[in-house]
Order: sequence, then structure tokens, then C-alpha cells
Amino acid sequence: MNTPVKDTVSVQNLIVSASPHVHAGQDVRAVMRDVLLALVPGVLVGLWFFGLPALVVLLLSVGGCVACEWAACRLLGRRSTVGDLSAALTGVLLAMNLPSGSPWWLVLVGAVVAIGLGKAIYGGLGMNPFNPALVARVFLLISFPVQMTRWVVPRGPGTGFDAATGATPLGAVKEAISLGRPLTAVDLPGAGDLLLGDMGGSLGEVGAAALMLGGFYLLWRGIIRWQIPVGFIASLVVVTGIAHAAAPDRYLHPLIHVLSGGLILGAFFMATDMVTSPVTRRGMLVFGVGCGLLTAVIRLWGGYPEGVSFAILLMNAVTPLIDRYTRPRVFGAPRRVLFSVRRGS
Amino acid sequence: MTATAVFFRGLWKENPIFRLLLGLCPTLAVTTSVVNGLGMGLASTFVLLCSNTMISLLRGFIPRKVRIPAYIVVIASFVTIVDLVMHGFFFELHRSLGLFIPLIVVNCIILGRAEAFASRNPLRLSVLDGLGMGLGFTAGLAILGGVRELLGSGSLLGIPVLGADYPPALVMILPPGAFLTLGLLLAGMNKLEQRRAIRAGEAYAPPREMDCGNCVLCNLGENLRSE
Repeated sequence: MNTPVKDTVSVQNLIVSASPHVHAGQDVRAVMRDVLLALVPGVLVGLWFFGLPALVVLLLSVGGCVACEWAACRLLGRRSTVGDLSAALTGVLLAMNLPSGSPWWLVLVGAVVAIGLGKAIYGGLGMNPFNPALVARVFLLISFPVQMTRWVVPRGPGTGFDAATGATPLGAVKEAISLGRPLTAVDLPGAGDLLLGDMGGSLGEVGAAALMLGGFYLLWRGIIRWQIPVGFIASLVVVTGIAHAAAPDRYLHPLIHVLSGGLILGAFFMATDMVTSPVTRRGMLVFGVGCGLLTAVIRLWGGYPEGVSFAILLMNAVTPLIDRYTRPRVFGAPRRVLFSVRRGS
Repeated sequence: MTATAVFFRGLWKENPIFRLLLGLCPTLAVTTSVVNGLGMGLASTFVLLCSNTMISLLRGFIPRKVRIPAYIVVIASFVTIVDLVMHGFFFELHRSLGLFIPLIVVNCIILGRAEAFASRNPLRLSVLDGLGMGLGFTAGLAILGGVRELLGSGSLLGIPVLGADYPPALVMILPPGAFLTLGLLLAGMNKLEQRRAIRAGEAYAPPREMDCGNCVLCNLGENLRSE
């Protein structure tokens, strides 16, 4: 009751607020900017190999996604979230999932599906269960299989709009196996070409080395953790390695599996999406291993030559389940036992 | 409840597809075109009308304990008639609907109306109920089939309308397209219903099955209630 005057004064000078009291300065915009920065080398390699048409696809995709984000926010009466760069990132990732010579309408349909059906419909960024760019890719792949598998053979920066088309390495292998030919008959790019990206594919399927560079940048910045990419790549290597050891004329060397297709892009940039992957480190490891196993199964025995996008979407679907079962123990709480024998009454 | 209300209930307020979410198996499986949707809808309407009539007439004779098998026998008889008639006179349609015609027997709309309405209401109301529900189901299937046929094959009723340059989005005539279309139509229905409620000054609550807070994905409603 009789509080001394000086104490009252000192309490008034304190700011009382709920935690957290220290902010790292990290927000959605900063994270998205870092991821975009990490994608620069991969995008540049893609543009180098595929030239002007690739640039058109990239610009259309980013423009389309940003416009859709703006329109969706307006229609649904939400505050515009264009400024947080997440739509721009979705646009870049979508472009990297498309063949470089894609017609304009394909890219725009993809942008509408990615932002509209992949994100806005669930309530915007943070509410979407599936990676928006992959939703769009799979939608397009199922809808327009012809346009989505017309891969342009890289010709360097001089590539014009009338580029030649060819199969991706994984596509060529699948075709050979379905025709009953041994793998030695397939003209595969060497490991160096695979690393640098001199092969057919979408923008983000070439240039494994450049994409890995971006991935390491994200790891260094603490945007992603090692569990997902390592779990993803390691489990794929194990399964394809066993298959290769058992039947080398039917199954590719694991190194080729790692460096071809969308694996590096998927493992470092798509599977690690903060919204659609587990929050605990153990959960991330489970998620990564699951992605790798599913990818291996689809690539080795599935109907499609490439399975990274399907694998990530399937694991996205079980992310809430993984989170539930890898919930960390509350400090001081009893250990959870899977099987317990009840003693006494 | 007046006779008109019983009839119109099935068309909008208690539409089997859009409001009750019943009979989703044929709804999602056969609506790849308007013709398929209409064919399925009319076949179901015929069965629903006949079974409601029969069960309403027999409602004093069927012992309570064996009522479900009795309903199934009645429904299966009419489904067999539809199956044979369609096989004889609409061979193409019968072939494209395939197994889903015999499966009308286990369509939960028909059994549901028998149990919930026809078995406890007089003949006149049961007939109107069967007709209203059946036409509501048919309309839902035709709308769903129309959207999917237009986007997935660029045609309506088999007539090309979007031109030869239109690249058909195959996903729309595949199962995912059915889920996408139905989901978007349900969202549209909810929006209309919400607007109507706001205009009328009523409190609006979406149907529990369609309320985001009750979705199994996050179980938000469940978690909030338990806390």
C-alpha cells in the first residue's frame, strides 16, 4: 500500500510486454529474398543454356504469379501480400519446373493454378498444405502431357525460338526400358555435363552444381536445415544404388539419378518450403527420407520418368501427421513409451 | 411441411450433392460429360421415384427389424429394370456409365430417402420428395459434367464449342478434375448462401462438413473445442 515514490517511478519506466523480447529481424520478405538470391545461379545457368525463350517463360511466370496474388488478395478482401515476395518466388520456381519453350498460355494457366488453387484458396501464405509451384506443375503435367514434355535441347545463349527438342536423360532411360533395350544403348550425358547442366530438361533440371551452390547458401544463412536435403538425396542414393548393383543394365548409376531431373532443385528449394514441411528436425529427416524413397520408387518402377514433384506433394500431404508424431517432449514431462505394460491396478 | 416445399427442398436447400454431399461416388466418377451426368441423374431419379413410391405404399407391412434388406430388394429391382432398359435402348450411354448403373443400388441418396422420408410419409409427399431429390441430383450432375466437359474436352453435349485451337485440360476429365470442380462449386454455393443470409439479416454458419475449422487437415475446430 505505502509504496515508496522512487519505486513507482522506476516501474513506470519499464516497458512491460509479452515475449519475444528480442527480434532477429527476420520476416517473410527477408526469407523470400534470401531464397530468390540463392536461386540466381541456377536461373542464370538455365538462361545460359536455353536462351531467350527461357527468359520469356521466367518473366511470364513471375508476372503471372504476382498478378494473381494481387487479384486474389483483392477478390478475397485481404491485405495485399505481393510485397512479401512469396508470389515472385513461386513464379521463379514454377518457371524452373517448365520446359523452356512452353507456350504463353501454359505458363499463365500454371500461375493461376499455383496462386489460386495452390495458395489463395486455403487462406494465403502459411495456410497452404501443398507447395504451390508443384501443384501447378503437376496440374499442367496431367492436363497437357504433350506440351509439358517437349524438352528443348540446350544450345547455349544463342538458342532461338525454333530450338530442337529431345528427351531428358531420365525420359530416354524410361523409354529404352519400356522398349526392352539395355541402358548401354542410351546416349547419356557424362557426369560433367550433368553437373554443369548440358542436357535436355526444364529450366531447373539443368545446372545441378549452380543449384547446389544456392542450396549451400541457404544452409549457411540458416533458412533451411540439412535434414530434408540430406535425407532426400541419401535415401534416393541408397535405393537406386541397391537397384543398380543388382541389375546395372536396367537401373542407372545413383550418381546420374542425383544429378539429373529435378532432384537438386526439389531437395534444396521445393521440399524445404517452410510452410509445407515439418517443423521439427526429426520430422524433417522423416520427410526428406520419405521424399527420397517415393522419388526412387517412381523413377525406377513408376509410369513417369521423373517423380520428384509427386514425391514432395505426397509428403506434403502427410506433413501434419509427421509433425504430430515428432512433437518434442515437453521438458520435465515423462518419456512417451510406444508399448507399455500396465502393472498393478 | 407443404407439398411444394417438399418438392423444392431437393433442388436447392437440401440438394443431395451440393448441400448434403451424398452420392459422391457416382457424382465424381461419371460426370466427365453433360450426357453422362444427365444419364446417370435421370436413371437415379427413376429409381428414386419408384422406390419412394413402393416403400411409402409398403410402409405399414415392412417389419422394422428387416426394413433395410427390404428397401434394398425394392431398390435393386428397379435398378435392374433401369440397367436392362438402358442396355437395350441407350447402348453407348450404358457402356460409358458401366458399373455405375448397377451401383445405384447402394447410392446412399436412395436408401437415405427411403429410410428418412418414404417409410414415414404418405404416398403423395414421398413421390414429390423422390422427384425433387432426383431432379436436384440430376441438375448437380449435369452442371458438374458441363464444367468438366467444357474445360476437359472443349465441347458441350458432344458439340465442340471452344474451337480447335483450345488445348483440352485433360485433368478436368480425370478424377482430380471432379474434386476440383465440386470443391469450387461448393465454395460458390456457400458464397451465395452467405450473401443471402447477410441480406436477410440472419446469422450465417456454413454446413459443418464444409466449414474450414472442422477440416481434418488441421482439426482447428476440434482443437479449439478441446482447449
